[in-house]
Amino acid sequence: MDFLNFDAEACTLCGICVNVCPFGALKFEKNGIEVGESCRMCGLCVRKCPEKAIRFEQKANEVNKEEWRDFLIYAEQEQGKIHPVVFELIGEALKMAPKVGYHVNCVIAGGPGTAENAKDLLEYGVHKVFVYEHEELKWFRADCYTDVIADCIAAVKPSSVLIGGTELGRSLAPRLATRFHTGLTADCTKLDIKDNTDMIQIRPAFGGNIMAQITISRSRPQFATVRYRVMEKAKKVENPDGEIIRCKMTDDMVKSSIEILSAEVLEKKKSLEEEDIIVVAGRGAKNETGVALCRELADALGGQLAFTRPMVEDGFGDTAHQIGLSGRTVRPKLIITCGVSGAIQFTSCMNGSECIVAINNNPEAQIFNTAHYCIVDDLNQVVPKLTELVRNRKED
Amino acid sequence: MKIIVCMKQVPAGTNVEIDPETGAMKRLSSATRTNPYDLFALETALLLKEKMGGTVTVLTMGPAQAESMMKDAYACGADEAVILSDRKFAGSDVLSTSYTLRQGIQVLGGADLIICGRQTTDGDTAQVGPALAEHMHIPHAAWVTRIEEVTEKDISVQQKLGDVTQVSRIPFPCLITVEKDMCVPRLPSWILKKKTADRKVRFLSFEDLPNQDLTRYGLNGSPTAVERMFPPEKAQKQVYLEGSTEEKTKELFDILVSRKII
Ligand SMILES: Cc1cc2nc3c(=O)[nH]c(=O)nc-3n(C[C@H](O)[C@H](O)[C@H](O)COP(=O)(O)OP(=O)(O)OC[C@H]3O[C@@H](n4cnc5c(N)ncnc54)[C@H](O)[C@@H]3O)c2cc1C
Ligand SMILES: Cc1cc2nc3c(=O)[nH]c(=O)nc-3n(C[C@H](O)[C@H](O)[C@H](O)COP(=O)(O)OP(=O)(O)OC[C@H]3O[C@@H](n4cnc5c(N)ncnc54)[C@H](O)[C@@H]3O)c2cc1C
Repeated sequence: MDFLNFDAEACTLCGICVNVCPFGALKFEKNGIEVGESCRMCGLCVRKCPEKAIRFEQKANEVNKEEWRDFLIYAEQEQGKIHPVVFELIGEALKMAPKVGYHVNCVIAGGPGTAENAKDLLEYGVHKVFVYEHEELKWFRADCYTDVIADCIAAVKPSSVLIGGTELGRSLAPRLATRFHTGLTADCTKLDIKDNTDMIQIRPAFGGNIMAQITISRSRPQFATVRYRVMEKAKKVENPDGEIIRCKMTDDMVKSSIEILSAEVLEKKKSLEEEDIIVVAGRGAKNETGVALCRELADALGGQLAFTRPMVEDGFGDTAHQIGLSGRTVRPKLIITCGVSGAIQFTSCMNGSECIVAINNNPEAQIFNTAHYCIVDDLNQVVPKLTELVRNRKED
Repeated sequence: MKIIVCMKQVPAGTNVEIDPETGAMKRLSSATRTNPYDLFALETALLLKEKMGGTVTVLTMGPAQAESMMKDAYACGADEAVILSDRKFAGSDVLSTSYTLRQGIQVLGGADLIICGRQTTDGDTAQVGPALAEHMHIPHAAWVTRIEEVTEKDISVQQKLGDVTQVSRIPFPCLITVEKDMCVPRLPSWILKKKTADRKVRFLSFEDLPNQDLTRYGLNGSPTAVERMFPPEKAQKQVYLEGSTEEKTKELFDILVSRKII
């Protein structure tokens, strides 16, 4: 391997690196340890080597970090309103900003009404909002949206750019990061900042089995996306003193080769992510009858019914109501799981919920490691009883 | 019409675990499979070819063992398969992966349409498609749920972006990333498998690419660095409710009411 360097003098052939390598890429060969094709450069061996005999041959490509300052948050709009993930990004940035003396700024782009919406951002303690308003920006088009936000980034030179992990954000962010030849960390679940202004970005990988801490230390800006409902929302401030800055638009900036033929707003239903109370039917609900019991409980509580992946695959619900890595991330006030085993791909996307109740007849079920309130029992017994209690109370 | 489909070979399972004491990862099995989301990209390409004529080229960056995935693509009806394989590409993040793919596409003489899957099951970033489009300076549409129309010079696609369903027309050359379930991927055909048994998979290495600047590839060209990996946190305190079914249910109800949750 060209980039992993073994110091033959220092290496004692202790074999620790061979053992820690998750990809089985290291082997004892005639001339010492050799690195095979399966190496993914995770660097575990570099850190574990007691002799410090393994090094990354990295080419330094340092930027002047002083030139890049503050946080910039992309304020996505959905149906003429600020997407709620934006307030969560602001909340997270405001926690990090004081540690390095940064401000939190926003950039917002869209059709008529955008500048008006920008005012809502100031209430949360945002320093500056850069506004790009133009008829041509009414609907999202990847090419011209990239041009517009890139214009702002080039002018403002932010140290970090945070973007919501929505469909729109995840289409936009990689283009921007590529344009600035810098890194983008996807779907962070935790963010912090070092004294040297490098963000500590934590994200799940390998289907949530592992958390990876990622840094972008050689280039700026540092891009990160964060999914909706993962971070805490910012609070309104007493005396907002931020300002709105209308940015100059040129016709070139909104020129797009993409032609919108139609755009239809789906009927605005409360999405699963926005729900305060969720009841989940897992495979333990077994059939229509079991699912119906769970649905009645959800209805009685005024919440929504969601599913695990096998239940969606069996046609009991759609993917918009699937919780988990290949579905949605939720953090409601209350989540009641019924007949859910608690696989990591499921729990990693709901374990931020305020109150987690698990009903499962197997005391060994993994879900009980995640739940706050555990009921080891048959869901067919417990769920209807709970529904009845809730209904009777509502009638009082 | 010339179509390039980007596909990746991924580990067959995702069941890695970390030893909380030592921080060492328990080994991943070496079994691999085709990223399941990329099968929808391949199927979309094959359907377009059936309608419009032309060729479908499958492109991957990865180790030489990706050849088996490429043979399967031949058996599904792909015309050409190309593997970008070189140790110099190891350790690539999204930026250098998409750059390397872009260089490979340049060697192949470009394409009218490039199709990517929605995401992989290992890195799982869903970023390579849009990043590749940016490197190539071409427009893209992500999360495509339906092909509405295709002509000699453009393609109209439906996308779901949050609460908005958008249909847009994009001129070639362009890139789309497709959602799963927009079609049913065909299985490799036995007849095609026999017919294509001798067809070679083309390998391209660093030396074959137009840009010979090493700092753009692999680890050197990757701005993101994985600093450490660790197991997910375990849950906080918990309460087991005891007694008969009635008692447990009533106790839960009382807790939820007293905590003002319901
Ligand atoms: C890459 C990847 C992505 C994935 N993404 C997702 C995802 O997005 N969402 C997801 O959910 N899964 C996902 N999975 C699948 C996940 O690993 C599990 O297989 C799945 O979550 C299990 O669903 P379940 O709990 O409903 O079913 P099971 O694991 O079959 O569990 C059923 C449970 O019901 C209990 N039970 C049975 N009868 C009763 C009864 N009468 N009363 C009470 N309890 C009963 C059983 O004890 C058991 O614990 C993913 C997997 C991979 C590899
Ligand atoms: C634990 C961990 C965390 C990571 N986190 C990040 C991160 O936050 N940011 C980052 O930049 N990188 C990250 N990476 C690296 C990233 O996984 C690799 O860069 C990978 O080469 C491409 O990303 P992906 O697998 O996420 O592909 P995705 O972007 O999810 O793939 C989308 C589509 O692009 C195409 N495609 C992807 N890879 C290839 C390929 N090699 N050949 C052909 N087509 C392909 C396929 O059509 C695929 O369906 C991480 C890696 C690990 C191991």
